[in-house]
Amino acid sequence: VSVDVLVCLKRVPDATGEVILTADGQAVDGRYAGFTTSVHEDCAVELATRIVGESGGGATVLTVGESEAVEQLRSALALGCSAATHVVAEPNALGPADVAREIAAVVRDHEAQGRRHDLVLLGNDAADTGDFQVGIRLAHELSRPVVNGANLVSVADGEVVARVAGPDGDETYRVPLPAVVTVLEGGVEPRYPTFPGRMKAKKVEIEERGLTSTPAGGGRIRLTLPPPAPSRVEVLGTGAAAAPAVVDLLERLGVLSR
Amino acid sequence: MAVVPPRAGAVVIGAGIVGNSLVHHLARLGWRDIVQIDQGPLPNPGGSTGHASNFIFLVDHSREITDLTLDSVRQYKELGVFTQSGGFELARTPERMEELRRRMSSARAWGIEAQLVDPGFVKEKVPFIEADQFIGAFWTPGVGVVDSLRAGTIMRESALDAGALTVVPTVEVTGLSTEKRADGRRRVTGVSTTGGDVEAEVVVIAAGVWSPKIGDMAGISIPLTPAVHQMVSVGPCRQLAEREGEISFPIVRDMDTLCYERQHGADMEIGSYAHRAILHEPEDIPSIEQARLSPTEMPFTPDDFDPQLEQAYELMPELLGSEGAEMRYAINGLLSLTCDGAPILGESEVAGLWTAAAVWIKEGPGVGRAVAEWMTRGHSDIDLHHSDIARFHHHQMRREHTRLRTTESFIKTYGIIHPAEQYESDRGRRLSPMHESQKKLGAFFFETAGWERPHWYESNAGLLEQYGDAVMPREHEWDARWWSPIINAEHLRMREAAGVVDLSAFCIFDIEGPGALASVEQTCVARCDVAVGKVVYTPVLDPAGGFRSDLTVMRLGEDRFRVVTGGAHGMADRAWFRDHLAEGATLTDRTDEISTIGLWGPRARDVLAPVTHDDVSDEGFGFLTCREIQVGEVAVLASRISYVGELGWELYVAMEDGAQLWDTLLRAGAPLGAVPVGIGVYGTTGRLEKGYRAFGSELDAERTIVEAGMARPKVKTADFVGREAYLRQREEPPAAVLCTLTVDDHTSASGVKRYMLGGEPILTREGEPLTDGHGHHPYVTSAGSAPSLGKHVLLAYLPPEEAVLGRRLSVSYMEELYPVTVGSVDATPLLDPGNERLR
Repeated sequence: VSVDVLVCLKRVPDATGEVILTADGQAVDGRYAGFTTSVHEDCAVELATRIVGESGGGATVLTVGESEAVEQLRSALALGCSAATHVVAEPNALGPADVAREIAAVVRDHEAQGRRHDLVLLGNDAADTGDFQVGIRLAHELSRPVVNGANLVSVADGEVVARVAGPDGDETYRVPLPAVVTVLEGGVEPRYPTFPGRMKAKKVEIEERGLTSTPAGGGRIRLTLPPPAPSRVEVLGTGAAAAPAVVDLLERLGVLSR
Repeated sequence: MAVVPPRAGAVVIGAGIVGNSLVHHLARLGWRDIVQIDQGPLPNPGGSTGHASNFIFLVDHSREITDLTLDSVRQYKELGVFTQSGGFELARTPERMEELRRRMSSARAWGIEAQLVDPGFVKEKVPFIEADQFIGAFWTPGVGVVDSLRAGTIMRESALDAGALTVVPTVEVTGLSTEKRADGRRRVTGVSTTGGDVEAEVVVIAAGVWSPKIGDMAGISIPLTPAVHQMVSVGPCRQLAEREGEISFPIVRDMDTLCYERQHGADMEIGSYAHRAILHEPEDIPSIEQARLSPTEMPFTPDDFDPQLEQAYELMPELLGSEGAEMRYAINGLLSLTCDGAPILGESEVAGLWTAAAVWIKEGPGVGRAVAEWMTRGHSDIDLHHSDIARFHHHQMRREHTRLRTTESFIKTYGIIHPAEQYESDRGRRLSPMHESQKKLGAFFFETAGWERPHWYESNAGLLEQYGDAVMPREHEWDARWWSPIINAEHLRMREAAGVVDLSAFCIFDIEGPGALASVEQTCVARCDVAVGKVVYTPVLDPAGGFRSDLTVMRLGEDRFRVVTGGAHGMADRAWFRDHLAEGATLTDRTDEISTIGLWGPRARDVLAPVTHDDVSDEGFGFLTCREIQVGEVAVLASRISYVGELGWELYVAMEDGAQLWDTLLRAGAPLGAVPVGIGVYGTTGRLEKGYRAFGSELDAERTIVEAGMARPKVKTADFVGREAYLRQREEPPAAVLCTLTVDDHTSASGVKRYMLGGEPILTREGEPLTDGHGHHPYVTSAGSAPSLGKHVLLAYLPPEEAVLGRRLSVSYMEELYPVTVGSVDATPLLDPGNERLR
């Protein structure tokens, strides 16, 4: 049976460099580092691509965000998603409940048009605002079962099998479709786009929508940066004489074992 | 925390390819106590060198850039970091194929092995290319890739090993200190950094895309802009992974789609110059901490690259679509662009503060050597006048100008650029007082030094009929582009009656004071200790006896000289004179106060005499003299000199009176047949018939007075810069001789008559290459119509044994040979060799 997957992602500033806030403290400034999607979402796209690859069916990518977020939709299309929906909205005006409601509206509308999204994948949390809520709220809106923080997801016989890596061992969940799963990085290695994939992606027509109701907002006042983590430079020595100290350090870090 | 030493002989800011080459060569030339700093860590401090694609194509239409590139390749080879791969430049269109033929001209002129090949030849060397996507290619076997980071490390280490260098990474420049010297000029005194302050009398800014920001700290403009060059890397590709090493297939430049494909191990790097110009301000480049990769590897903007995907895919579908090949790396890499495409090198207006910026990998080591030579001994072996920071006029020092011009030129990075092509952006910066009148006359404007200069006037179109075929019409669009037969009609009318020429673009500066005579005497080759009212035409040399300039000097008083030089190189000339002022002399720039109008032709005297009460007869106003006269109501400094070989004057007039003088001359001249004449005549046809040399074409630092055939019987006894070298040159037989040649037959294989535009190689009649005593191959330095002779004239430096009157040679144009004959082997003009017309 073919499975249709909806992957939700969010355009966020790339946070691998130093994090800088916008002047109004409402967002992370992506001017220098550029914009991307979170690694959790990259893994969700990868999982979606694998699931539809195995079962047939299609993967649709969805975002609720500013017009520039089309770049992130195209990136996902280049990786194997075949359709895209863009709910165009200013993301800072939205709270997690607003986002969940908008995604649910898309799922319902698509269903009314005969496109059923059996499985909705989301990242575990947004890389910029970190609210950890959209997945559960979405499941609640749609009255679907939800698994949180899965790093492996597969579909077989009308069931989702989701593996969650816990501190004391792996947990495996089986929930019936339709379902919602939020994905945590670590289970799969996201692929890079191929050349033909990227070429195909730019030809896909993207469904554009507006918000279905006035957002309530997230209630966030402003973002603040944590104090810089203290860093201390310790010179271990110079030349060959430093070698034993380096070996000791590597052992302490667990890189080497003697 | 890194700390800089308190004092240094010289501080080099930047440890990219340029800074590293520079410290190496400064050390090699004997300098010690050099401190090199960079904001980033070594060996890759995060500038443009670190993400460069590192390949080198050898042939450029510019001799200066080609020479720097060839020297760089020599150095990379010596350092053991050069891997030869060969390179193709593809043509998808007939227009590009023609451009590749023109590229062959440059290859032959610069002596670089190259050939035009068919798609099959390319396919043999690059099996994964689709040969039906292009019609031919330019093959340069000497193309290769380098490891520029490794090269930099080796060069830095050589300076360290010599005990000449202290390297301090991870310190950022926070300020440059300067002080005013006794002569009023500022000089640099040190550098402030996050690692402390260092005192130094010599500081070099080799900071790539950050250079403008550092220049601002001393109040100097380094007009370059950081610009994005997009690059993606696709792999692993099976076809590439099968072979060992970094590169085993030739690099492909897909010229018509403005992108390149360069193997890098198992990956194919695709670089693009096809996107919109994406410019940044140096202040907006992220810090090392803020950047995701390095500061100059900005976030990739895929939308800009998308159109390139399909074109690249068309060319190499099997490779780019191969199983498992992914786009693993994609950047908006920053590199430096300038308003005219040339680097920014040399000492700034702040004494001791040098620049070496806007340099690409292919020129880096060559620039390092040349600038080090310039710094240590006052001149470089390779002529650098196109790159001299002193070349910039005020309007060019604005960031806005750089932004506009680079936006326009970025898309032409792989473009087909006509040698006379004009920029469209940021025009109209400097208008002569007669500009309105010229517009009404239908002037076609070219730009020089920001000035709008009429190249010809549509109002003279009626002359075409009168002169018929004597205007030497050109059948081929390329030959006739940025040209008009009206130029030749204006020329004929000037020779027949008279022409009035707007020369407002001249750079004019006065040297005054008790040290004025000493200043010009020690700077100029010709004797300037002449009677007041005399006009002197003179070469200006560097210490090695190469040309710095050629210009005229008027003695306006005992202690007052006026220097007049061309606009294009005027600012550099001004800097040269400023640097050679004797004590008690001042230099005042008059360019913006004075306009100049030329009046020449057999009827010039008849035009001028009725509108002045002053004596303008030959007896009353001799050749090479100047003096104040009144023309109508306007005071004019008239100078009897000519660059077109006719009787007449250069008339210097206050800017505000320029329009009135212009109108007076046109009105007085009209009944006598005088017409306004453009720079097409002044700069090309008129000058070439007279064999007059032009700085930048025939004359540059690699040419001597003797080779240029400009030696006078005697050398003045007073000392001047380059005198010793010049005396030596006079004793030796020349290695090359500047000759005038005429084209005997213009008919191409297709029957269309073709007209050379300059830069073409001169070969034997049979098409064999010639080599002069420098090991250089002759090429056309200037080309143009000589309508009064009915010939197309070429100037070229020939090997002395070929510099024989009547010698029959050939010129290669678009890969066809045309017969030429040597018409002059010295400065003897083809037209009016006795200079009767000047009287």
